[in-house]
Amino acid sequence: MSCSRRDFLKDAVSGAAATVLPLSAFTFLTTDEAKAAIAEATVRWAFLVDTTKCVGCGLCVKACKNENEIPYDAPVTRTWVERYVVTKDGRTLADSPNGGRDGFTTGTIRGEEIDPENVAKAFFVPKLCNQCDNPACVQVCPVGATYQTHDGVVLIDREWCIGCGYCIMACPYGVRFFHPEHKVADKCNFCYHRITKGMQPACVDSCAFGARRIANLRDPDDPVTQIITTERVAVLKDEYGTKPHVFYIGLDASVR
Amino acid sequence: MSQDAIVHGVEWTVKELFVYPNEFIYWSIQIVMYPYMTGLVAGAFVLSSLYHVFGQKDLKEIAQFSLVFSLALLPVAALPLLLHLQQPLRAMEPLLTPHFTSAIAAFGIVFTVYGLIVVSEIWFIYREYFVHQLEALRGVPGFWNAQRRIAYTVLTYGARDVSEEAVIVDHKAAKILAAIGIPVACFLHGYAGFIFGSVKANALWMSPLMPVIFIMSAVVSGIALCMLTYIVIMEWQAFRKRRQGGAQAAGDLKGAEKEIISKASRYLLGFLIAAISLELLDLIFRGYTAMKSWDILRSVMYGKDFINIFVLQYTLGNLVPFVLLILPGRTIKRTVVALLLVLFGVFMMRWNVVIGGQAFSLSFAGYMHYHIPVIPHSLETFKEGVFGALTVIATPFVLFWLINKFVPSLRRDIGEV
Amino acid sequence: MKRHVLHPLWVAIGLVGLIFLARLFVVPDDFGVHGDSFTYNYHRLSNVQEWQEFPVKYQGRDSCAECHKDNVRTQRRGPHKRIQCENCHGPSGPPGNHPDNEEYLPLNKERDLCMRCHASLEYPDAARSELPAIHDRRHKRRRECVECHNPHDPREDVE
Repeated sequence: MSCSRRDFLKDAVSGAAATVLPLSAFTFLTTDEAKAAIAEATVRWAFLVDTTKCVGCGLCVKACKNENEIPYDAPVTRTWVERYVVTKDGRTLADSPNGGRDGFTTGTIRGEEIDPENVAKAFFVPKLCNQCDNPACVQVCPVGATYQTHDGVVLIDREWCIGCGYCIMACPYGVRFFHPEHKVADKCNFCYHRITKGMQPACVDSCAFGARRIANLRDPDDPVTQIITTERVAVLKDEYGTKPHVFYIGLDASVR
Repeated sequence: MSQDAIVHGVEWTVKELFVYPNEFIYWSIQIVMYPYMTGLVAGAFVLSSLYHVFGQKDLKEIAQFSLVFSLALLPVAALPLLLHLQQPLRAMEPLLTPHFTSAIAAFGIVFTVYGLIVVSEIWFIYREYFVHQLEALRGVPGFWNAQRRIAYTVLTYGARDVSEEAVIVDHKAAKILAAIGIPVACFLHGYAGFIFGSVKANALWMSPLMPVIFIMSAVVSGIALCMLTYIVIMEWQAFRKRRQGGAQAAGDLKGAEKEIISKASRYLLGFLIAAISLELLDLIFRGYTAMKSWDILRSVMYGKDFINIFVLQYTLGNLVPFVLLILPGRTIKRTVVALLLVLFGVFMMRWNVVIGGQAFSLSFAGYMHYHIPVIPHSLETFKEGVFGALTVIATPFVLFWLINKFVPSLRRDIGEV
Repeated sequence: MKRHVLHPLWVAIGLVGLIFLARLFVVPDDFGVHGDSFTYNYHRLSNVQEWQEFPVKYQGRDSCAECHKDNVRTQRRGPHKRIQCENCHGPSGPPGNHPDNEEYLPLNKERDLCMRCHASLEYPDAARSELPAIHDRRHKRRRECVECHNPHDPREDVE
């Protein structure tokens, strides 16, 4: 194979470009962009819910509402706890009164007294935004008012949302709602203001049983990441292709 | 919780069994009205294009009228969206920062393009008339005449050449615009179907057939509304002439011309058959494939919404008018009844898609029932209630009356193409 | 070709121009694609910062421990050690800002609060069943739990 002058020049130029370009690309980045690029490489937030530990006290829902300024008595909530009771005669009953905000203190579901003898299994499932990798809600926003950050959290721009409700319709998990005061779409953002300060989300802090935990998937030493990567975890409704990032331990086929 | 902090949807949603806490019927009556009105716009335009483009001469009379009527309907296609938005002051944002992966982002653009096409086509057809009016009004005294002169000056838009050559160019341009307008009208409405059909989270909506079904039923409803309005106006004019002129007017007294009506209703039947076939295909497919969602869909369609879907929509809204139109010896009265039923049927179809799609929970284990607010007690219950819907329905007729003052779409001697 | 045919086109171009003009004034400068994907990263950049600055309400036990050493110590040795102070005492952050405004703390001593965990639900094999529990109707009805049980260390009785 002969090395023509043209080839040599081409290689030299591209080689030089290869060495120069990354540097020049870096210098052209604004501080924000550079910070964002670094954040992208080092953080991807995820969540781990251990349903076997949840006792249905609902303190997470209460804390979330207070922390995130969701009117306490409004029937909408960024996180909620569902109760599932599967009876021995094969029925599945589920409820989440007030989103579980006041806890589950009786065995009655929608006015129906369930005989404890007849309960085959019963458990609680906390739900929150899945911060999907392919968020359907973001795809359908007509104005770019909801988006995914570099660390994987989906946020809503309250200044720019037109309140069409398309994102609410597009979410298969029903996590979105209209904020009763701001009149824009709203949902869980893993307490973005807390996790970016090194704190835990309010629901995680308020859970006395360790049923809720937050993870940085990009950090292999993160103990929660290790659980997600080494133990058997599941996600909700993966058939929608949204790639949810809230992982569950002890999920049951009856969970909706 | 402050008094005005009412959660959108709580007023009219009743939940049954297990429904996620944040689920409500967020898309209510105005989102039923939106595809309904867009459909009427698209349908009216397609009807007028049947004449302008495909030269269906027997549709000539109704073609001018439906073109102008589609202009009157046009603003009303956007009105329900405006009434529905939680932040109506930000309504222009889809034009400013369009996020094109969203079906809604296209609305502003398609709507504007389509509006321009309709306005331009009307302008080309009636420009000659505008110039003549302007000349006739020159020097005529009176306050209102002065106003009309100003209006026609604006309407001619500085183009006052009415030589034969210029008018021929006008008509050619109108024809081209009518041709471009058909795909745009179909797109305008097809993507309204896409808005629903592409929501993968909603088991009832998600279907690639949705846009096509929407277009077909849109044309059906558009033709029906144009025919109906045309008949009513013609009968009314004939009635007035009878009262005023007695026998001497009998010569040009035609009433609603049966020829036009029977031709138009043939198109209507064709599109109606296409719409029903597609809807049934969709239904059969869902039942046959019986995916995870079928249990709850079946319980909604064959149970809770049975009357809405099978009695009101398919039987009363499709089958009955079909029979009424196809039976021999059709009279104007019977046609009017059939047309009213067709319009009702398409409305029920929109209702059953929009409201029916929210009649079940994403959990597939519960239901939501919609109770439309009748007596408004707040802005929201007015906007998203019976009166808001009636406002939307009434607006195109008011607009048509207004537009018709300057663009006489019902006069047969003007706007010949 | 008659020139007037192009009149509607001027209107169309004018409209488009108007939209672009409006974009200049209305759309924030930092609106754009901030990431790899137009689908998921199209937004106003400063909104990320706005969310980061959202006020924190629940400050956490460590911030309580700065003043209330004894109570925190009592609480940490008992079975309630995993419960955050603010679960019962309420968030110390805004709007009241407890350390600055000592009066402010919406303490909740209600029986209902305890019942969230300690109301008996007989669910086999569930974490809930492992907690000490009462039947609301059978155990000291209409009395507040804190009259007898010390919430910081429930093994201690209130005298």
